[in-house]
Amino acid sequence: MTYSSEVPIERAGIIELITTSAQDVLQMRDGAGEQLPVLGEETRLIGQGAILDSLGLVSLIVEVEQRLSDELGINLILADERAMSQKRSPFRSIGALADYICDLIAEQGAHA
Amino acid sequence: MPDQEVVLITGTRTGIGRFLAEHFVSRGALVEGCSRNPPDWSLEGYTHHCLDVADEGAVRAMFVDIQKRHGRLDVLINNAGIASMNHILLTPLATLEKIMATNLYGTFLMCREAVKLMQRHRYGRIVNLSTVAVNMRLEGEAAYAASKSAVVTFSQILAKEVAPFGITCNVVAPTPIETDLIRHVPEEKIRRIVESQAIKRAGTFEDVANVVDFFVKKESSFITGQVITLGGIL
Repeated sequence: MTYSSEVPIERAGIIELITTSAQDVLQMRDGAGEQLPVLGEETRLIGQGAILDSLGLVSLIVEVEQRLSDELGINLILADERAMSQKRSPFRSIGALADYICDLIAEQGAHA
Repeated sequence: MPDQEVVLITGTRTGIGRFLAEHFVSRGALVEGCSRNPPDWSLEGYTHHCLDVADEGAVRAMFVDIQKRHGRLDVLINNAGIASMNHILLTPLATLEKIMATNLYGTFLMCREAVKLMQRHRYGRIVNLSTVAVNMRLEGEAAYAASKSAVVTFSQILAKEVAPFGITCNVVAPTPIETDLIRHVPEEKIRRIVESQAIKRAGTFEDVANVVDFFVKKESSFITGQVITLGGIL
């Protein structure tokens, strides 16, 4: 699926961006030599079975924001009031975060 | 990516901010500065951004620019500040809102965006400016001192939250210094403040730079959440 922005953004590309960011955060936490878990859409970011603690989640959100800006020229604040007030957290899994980012990009495109 | 230290200072058009910009450039840093209006000076190694520190969009755009040009930020000095000396009964709400916007919201936005850049390199030094008016509970400065009290508390909590990223955050609280900020304060009031200090003289830009230098040293990695008040105000 493609979302409107300055450049076409595929959901799969966003998933990859989040996954790479999560790998970087885990590597920074555990050290470069450690075996990383396999990450995918279903990977939990918060709650039971989450791969990150609360500080790790903060780092991931910041890392994703930075990569969106650096690699795609998209400037978003992910942890805004809307994200925090949703019944189902957009940070619950990599897939949910990707959906949330795609929605924000589409809205940004619509308002551009 | 530059080997030089990258330093961002707010409120660099005049006064302490300008002095600190020149100070850091002279020791080889790449300095980024900002103020609402353009400065009437320029310096090699210094880049100016015209913005309101409380404008979230403008602040974020500046950090995107810094990230693109330097790839990192090592030091943030939140110097930009405004004051309004008046009795609380004569202070309009709009004045309080303006003071809080520049002094607190501006510091908040700068710190938040700076930490995003700094945490990538697991290193950063933040210095926020307060004032002796906080410790002295100066009459006529309720709004200004309250905004700076908020900056102190904010800085101390920030210090805890960003310590795991290798980032420190400290505060320097200067005494009256000859700047635009105190241009409208009566001489008698300044004299009384100076008289209440352990060291009875006006502060200088060098006094502030000395404390800033101490806080931003690489060796100061074990010092965070601290407030150094100049002049011996207790």
